[in-house]
Amino acid sequence: MSALDVDALHASPLASRHAALGATMTDFAGWSMPVRYSSDIGEHRAVRSAAGLFDVSHMGEIWLRGRGAGAALDAALVSWISRVAVGRAKYTMICAPDGGVIDDLIVYRTDDETFLVVANAGNAAVVSAELTARCAGDVCEVDDRSDGTSLIAVQGPASRGIVDAMTGGLPPALKYYAATQATVADAVPALVGRTGYTGEDGYEFFVATDDAGRLWDAALAAGAGDGLVPCGLAARDTLRLEAGMPLYGHELGLGYTPFAAGLGRVVQFGTSDDPRGDFVGRGALESAARDAVMWDAEPRLAPPEARVLVGLSGEGKRAARAGYRILDGFGAEAGEVTSGAPSPTLERPIAMAYVHPRFSALGTRVVADVRGRGEQMRVTALPFYQRPVAATPGA
Amino acid sequence: MANIPDELMYSEEHEWVAGDIAPGSEVAVGITEYAAAALGDIVYVEAPEVGDDVVAGEVCGELESTKAVSEFFAPVSGVVTAVNDAVIDAPETLNTEAYGNGWIFKIKVKTPNKALLNSEQYAAITE
Repeated sequence: MSALDVDALHASPLASRHAALGATMTDFAGWSMPVRYSSDIGEHRAVRSAAGLFDVSHMGEIWLRGRGAGAALDAALVSWISRVAVGRAKYTMICAPDGGVIDDLIVYRTDDETFLVVANAGNAAVVSAELTARCAGDVCEVDDRSDGTSLIAVQGPASRGIVDAMTGGLPPALKYYAATQATVADAVPALVGRTGYTGEDGYEFFVATDDAGRLWDAALAAGAGDGLVPCGLAARDTLRLEAGMPLYGHELGLGYTPFAAGLGRVVQFGTSDDPRGDFVGRGALESAARDAVMWDAEPRLAPPEARVLVGLSGEGKRAARAGYRILDGFGAEAGEVTSGAPSPTLERPIAMAYVHPRFSALGTRVVADVRGRGEQMRVTALPFYQRPVAATPGA
Repeated sequence: MANIPDELMYSEEHEWVAGDIAPGSEVAVGITEYAAAALGDIVYVEAPEVGDDVVAGEVCGELESTKAVSEFFAPVSGVVTAVNDAVIDAPETLNTEAYGNGWIFKIKVKTPNKALLNSEQYAAITE
């Protein structure tokens, strides 16, 4: 282990609160963030059974405003953003001309002419620059507010009651992937989205950085009786992995298209009856979409370098971690693990991996090279974990 | 601050050793509280088997948490005489009780070993 050069890292506005809670900090995408407060498994289980509070202030927030903002995003992103209703959110991606993923995003439409694009911390500057360049000819202002905005998430089956207590009550009909303005603790204005990265029902608060402390304190106070615990990035990572959600730099990157990642549904081409215009990466993504259909039907015809993302579930104890090789039964190269951990909920090793399409059928047995020793794994449907349906009445 | 008992000896790889390291004597070994905290919740421990020869400084087991994997380096050379099944069955013991009941295995020391660290020296490398 080496000492972190904390001075070179961005500090969360909640840093002093994390220190007071005894958090272990880690360097994540240039930020010093809590990795755990006490027990990462305990934090993970609290989110599955009650609620967890996450500081995700490192995420990037980029606003687009103006008459042309919807059309600009239609041309810049792979989804048909102008069709997103006011008050709703959409999971989408920004791709390079060759179809590679620059980042995965959530876009919130807060009014007709205003959109909030949420980018990963490590990509926020690139996304901001790309949006500025791609929207240059449109009636649209791109305003990167990452520095002045904090993001705090309350996630878990008990989150709704906690969030209602914090805000005096969100609209009862607020759906999954919808957002609304709210006032927290009678003082702090926030945009609240019913979104998250844990596989549970949950809410995310966008607030001015100066208000982050008050919002955090209000959440802890409101959730004290409901089992809310502060959670670090370690729990966030195992929660999202169980939920089959990709992490940029692992399952997503410039070397993969959304189709390879099994997320082709975010790419909206339109139809001949309802055509959508051009967007960056369209030609390459049309070709990737055709390849995905073909490889699914005839996996043996896929070129040797073809890769698709699969879930893997281990039969032993030792987890396959990011970067480990996946082999076939004869020891030949089959792919590579992108994320892997012992699943706290399922109590067995789980992983996501890019494999050649001929290893992608559910139930296929492969071998993970875990530090020189083979561990049997089986291709498993994603997500590994789905929350009980009753937990999402508005979804 | 992690607890570093005075009566134990330590390796630079964050193992502790309890007992006399002279050839012929038996020592218990485990990982320090500092190492357990750095790993996070430990969910799997792989120890050598009774009768295995272990060599000081060489990998002879591994520890796995949700977040990370760490190799276990034998702090002294010798033959494994016992493995703590309670820790194998309940690896989380290492997070709550890294010393004492958290011993992982015992070694009958074979050859003289290079010096281990005392608690003060070990504390210096965890700062």
